[in-house]
Order: sequence, then structure tokens, then C-alpha cells
Amino acid sequence: MTTLLVIIGYLCLLLGLGFFSNRLFRGTSKDYFVASHSIGPFLLLMSVFGTTMTAFALVGSTGKSFERGIGTYGLMASISGLIHAAIFFLVGIRLWAFGKKHGYITQIQFFRARFESDALGYLLFPILVLLVIPYLLIGIIGAGKTIEPVTAGAFPNLFTHPSAPPWLGGIPPWLTGLVVSMVVLAYVFMGGSRGAAYANTFQTMVFMVMGLVAFVFIIDRLGGVERAGKVAARITQNGMVVQDYRFDKATQKTLLNQPPKAIGKLIASESSEFVDQRPHLWRVPTIVEFKKKDPVTGSLVSFNRELGIPFFTFVTYLFIPLSVGMFPHLFQHWLTAKSAKSFRLTVIAHPLCIMIVWVPCVLVGAWASGVLPPGVPPPAILSAMLNLLVGDPVLTGLLTAGVLAAIMSSLDSQFLCLGTIFTNDVVVHRSGAGRYSDKQILLIARVFIVAIVALTYVLAMLAKDANVFDLAIWCFSGFSALFPVVFSALYWKRATKQGAVASVLAAVLSWLYFFHLSGYGGEYFIGPGIVPAAICFTLAAVAMVVVSLLTKAPSEETLKKFFPQVDKL
Amino acid sequence: MKAMSESNSKVGNSTVWFLFIMLFFLHQDLWWWDDARLVLGFLPIGLAYHAIFSIACSGLGWLAIKFAWPSELEAFAEERK
Repeated sequence: MTTLLVIIGYLCLLLGLGFFSNRLFRGTSKDYFVASHSIGPFLLLMSVFGTTMTAFALVGSTGKSFERGIGTYGLMASISGLIHAAIFFLVGIRLWAFGKKHGYITQIQFFRARFESDALGYLLFPILVLLVIPYLLIGIIGAGKTIEPVTAGAFPNLFTHPSAPPWLGGIPPWLTGLVVSMVVLAYVFMGGSRGAAYANTFQTMVFMVMGLVAFVFIIDRLGGVERAGKVAARITQNGMVVQDYRFDKATQKTLLNQPPKAIGKLIASESSEFVDQRPHLWRVPTIVEFKKKDPVTGSLVSFNRELGIPFFTFVTYLFIPLSVGMFPHLFQHWLTAKSAKSFRLTVIAHPLCIMIVWVPCVLVGAWASGVLPPGVPPPAILSAMLNLLVGDPVLTGLLTAGVLAAIMSSLDSQFLCLGTIFTNDVVVHRSGAGRYSDKQILLIARVFIVAIVALTYVLAMLAKDANVFDLAIWCFSGFSALFPVVFSALYWKRATKQGAVASVLAAVLSWLYFFHLSGYGGEYFIGPGIVPAAICFTLAAVAMVVVSLLTKAPSEETLKKFFPQVDKL
Repeated sequence: MKAMSESNSKVGNSTVWFLFIMLFFLHQDLWWWDDARLVLGFLPIGLAYHAIFSIACSGLGWLAIKFAWPSELEAFAEERK
């Protein structure tokens, strides 16, 4: 109950921040959508970083590391440090410059002008909404999965149908999702992009600090740094996967299992030197058979899990972080920047912030393989570790608030951006600039945001057992497949509207095809482990080049507007 | 003077691009794939390497800002139509 009260206190604090940013709100649509281009370096870094790090970063990375080991960091985090920073530098600053110069508020406004095509805007709008929705879903699903284990036992007579038997009486995911959606909705409603920037900054600091506090506590409870390094599951000489340690709740200490507890058996490994190895601490693909309890029948069922990362998968994952170049919510954050100099801190500090958040999460996920049953659902690993190792309810509440902070700092920007693109790119664009007053434009944006929140909530309840990491990868894959459109718009004069339409269609159709093959959101690889994003991106890039070269070049007027005669432009 | 500054800028740009490509190849650390040794007693070597890689990315960002900053873009964005 104490944990729950701490979490409620945090949510109230956020609402207070929403009221505060509402007092600074200038009442104009420009202030609501892009904070009147007034955001400085620190707020920009925190809001961009907070937006890109969602449930995916904390809940997803810990769960994926529990499944595949430390390769999770190289797979997504370190390559993102390189690619994200490069995109902020090469794409973000340039888009900010065009946005500021020509008054664009959304990506679609930029693309319509650059490619001289209204139709492209109408084509892009539903695609961007379609791709942002999985991103929203992982936030709501992640929040539900986090709160239920840490509040287990709070209301045993009220919530009698938990997702897993040990979580009886915990706040159910439907209620967490509802409350989180309402809180985010409230402060986005009040403060717009300025409110989102303040809330993101506050929440990013909360989740970074709380993440480090949680990490220190977990190390302490595992028996110190040296012991923690040896906690991960191990393969024995006879091919059994064992846990050498257990956490004893009575003494609050990690004790040696004598003999080691068998939790699975090795099926195959690409390395012959697997004896005494801890497969979560390397990246060799290794297939292991585990057992888990069926939640319905209670009987034990076997399942196979591939630990490690196939090298082809590792290499082709580089396509995934290209998605930041096409995130509509990130575009909106870029446009809030006061000047190009505001980007400098983000370019330098973003890879470091990723490291600070991801290294502890990946380690905790790998260590969890040695103290948690292998059947725990991956999205619940972080909260299960907190629940097991950090006994203090106040601290558990604060740490859980940190996880919620990471989730909500993305949800707000995404809700806001969908409202912005609908209002500007569909309603105002169709009706003409003078048709609606500024007040009416704000109302339309807010009503659309409410509708999207409601839709997302319903979808999240339908997909409540989806794997947060895999669903996020599908969302990122779709956006990365669209990257050739933005890159060629900025750097290739010959890129035409027909090329852009062909590229968007190639990206979205190939993405839908692979998404269908994956069973709508599961982990999916092609051939020796190639990620679908690599294929979708290549098809989109080829379509852009071939069709552009076969069609009429953009007009001189457009080229002058987007490729002015300045050396570095 | 202007010619010298342009030439420095081109060298800076090329250096930053070269380092970017080098970092991309260094990311594919096949040599640590089957190594689970611990650094500092708790950090698997494959993870320690990629954490250092993240620091190197930050350093590259600093170099890009110092030697390849698109100052003309700022002027372009701020100038009146």
C-alpha cells in the first residue's frame, strides 16, 4: 500500500507541473505546438532523450537482456548513440532551420513543400499515425506490467484476477493504463509542447536518478559487485542450465545454492566451449530448453529460448535507430529549439545518457537469469527484480515512479504530435488558414488527442501481453523504412514527389508484409538473422532513387527554397 | 583567410566522416562474441567495450560540433525572408 501511495504522490506532482506550465502557456497555437521556438539546450536534451527512451529502454531492455543477454546493449544502445547523434546533427538541425525559416510546425508541412505534393501529406498522415500507435501501446502495456507486481497484495479482495498468481491484489494493468493515460492527457492538455518539455525534463531526471539508485540497491542485495557478476545462469558440464545463487527473503541476502538449481537444459550452441559459461554474458547463439508454469492449468510446459545474438542480426540492427529521423514527435521537439546551438548538448550528451540508462538495465536483465524463474514474462523482469530484491516499500515506490516517468515522458510527446499533425495537416490544410480561429485550432487538437488516447487505451488492453521490446522494434522498423524520404528531401535535389510516394509505399507495404509474417508484433528475422527493417529500408531507398530519376525534377523555385546557394546547405 | 577557413572546414568534415565510418566498423566487435570475461569483476567484456563505444560516440559529437558545425544554417534560419 505504501508503494502505491508513493506512486500516486508522484502522479500528483506531475499534475502540479502541468498546472505550472499552463501558467506559462501563451495561449497561441504556435506556443502549444512548438513552444514558440523557445527551448534551450538542456530542456531540448532532456525532452529529446526522454522522448526516445520509453518503456522500451527500461522495461524492454531489461526483459530482452533476460532473454538474450548483454548483446542487447550493442544491438540497440551503442549503435543508437552513433546513429541518433549523427541524425540530430545531419537531419535535425537542417529540419529545424527549414522549419524556423518557412514556419513549418509538422513534418508533413515540410514534405508537402519540398515535394510539391498535397497528396503526399494525405498519404503520410495515416501511415505516421499507424506507426506511432505501437509506440504508444508499449508505454501503456509497460506501465501495466510494472505496477501490478510491485503493488501485489494491496487489494486482495478487490482485484482477484491477477495476470500471474503471485500478483494477487495488485493494481491490474487496465487500471494503471487508464490512470497513466489520464495524467499524461491532463498535462499535455494544459501545457502543450512547453508543458511536455518541462514534464519530460523532470521525468527524465527522475528516471535516470532512480535507475541508478535501483542499480546500486540491486548490486547490494546480490552481495556486492563481485558476487553480482557471477549471479547469471550457468551451463554445467552435463549441459544443464543452473542457478548458482538464490535470494533469501528472510535474511535479505543472496545465498549459494548447494547443489546448483537446474532450470533448463542446453539444446544447441554455436560454441563448443560452453561448459561453465554464463550464456547471458556473451553473445554466442545458444538454444536452451526451459520450463514454465501454465497460468491456466498450473502444469509445467517446456519452451525453447535462443540466448545470444546472431551476428547478421547484430549488423543489420543498425537500420533500426534510423527511425529517429522520421519520428514525428521528435521533429516537433526539434522545432521547439531556440537556435541551432541548442542542439549541441544533445549531439554530445545523448550517447552518454543512453549509456547511463541502458548499461544498468542490461546488467540487471542478465543477472535476473540467475535469480528469477525463466518463465517470468520479459516485460515484468525489472519490476520482479525490484520486488524481489528491494524490500523497502517507499524505495520500491520511488523506483517504480522512475519507470513510469520514462514511460510517460514519451507518451506525452506522441499524443501531442498526433494532435498537431491532425490539426495542421488535415483540418487546417483542407479548410484554409483563415477558417478557424487560434482558439478553435487548439480545441480541435485537444479533441483529437483525447480520441487517440481512448483508441490507444483500448488497443493496449487488447494487446496487453505483447512483448514491449519486439513491439517497439516493429514501430522503429516502420519509421526507419521511411528514412530515405527525409534524407533525400534534404540532401538530394533530384528527389521528386513521385519518388517520395513510391518510397513511402515501398516502405509501408514491405513493413506490413513482414509485420503480418511476424504474427503482428513478434520477433522476426529473415534468412540468417536479417532484421526486416534492413529489407524495408533498402526497398524504400531503391524506389526513391529509381522513380525520381524516371520522373521530372522538382521546379527551380522549390530547389532554390530548399537548396539555397550557401556553401554548407 | 576565407579560403584557409574553408579548407580547414573541409578537412574537419572529412575527418569527422572518417571517424564516423571507423566507429561503425568498430561497432561490429566479432572478436568479443564468445568472451564472457568480467572487467572490474562485474562487467562482461562485450558490454564494457560497447559502453566505451558510447563514450567514443559522444567524443565524435564534440568533434563534429567543433570542426564541422553548419554555422551557415543558423544564419539562413534567422535571416528575414
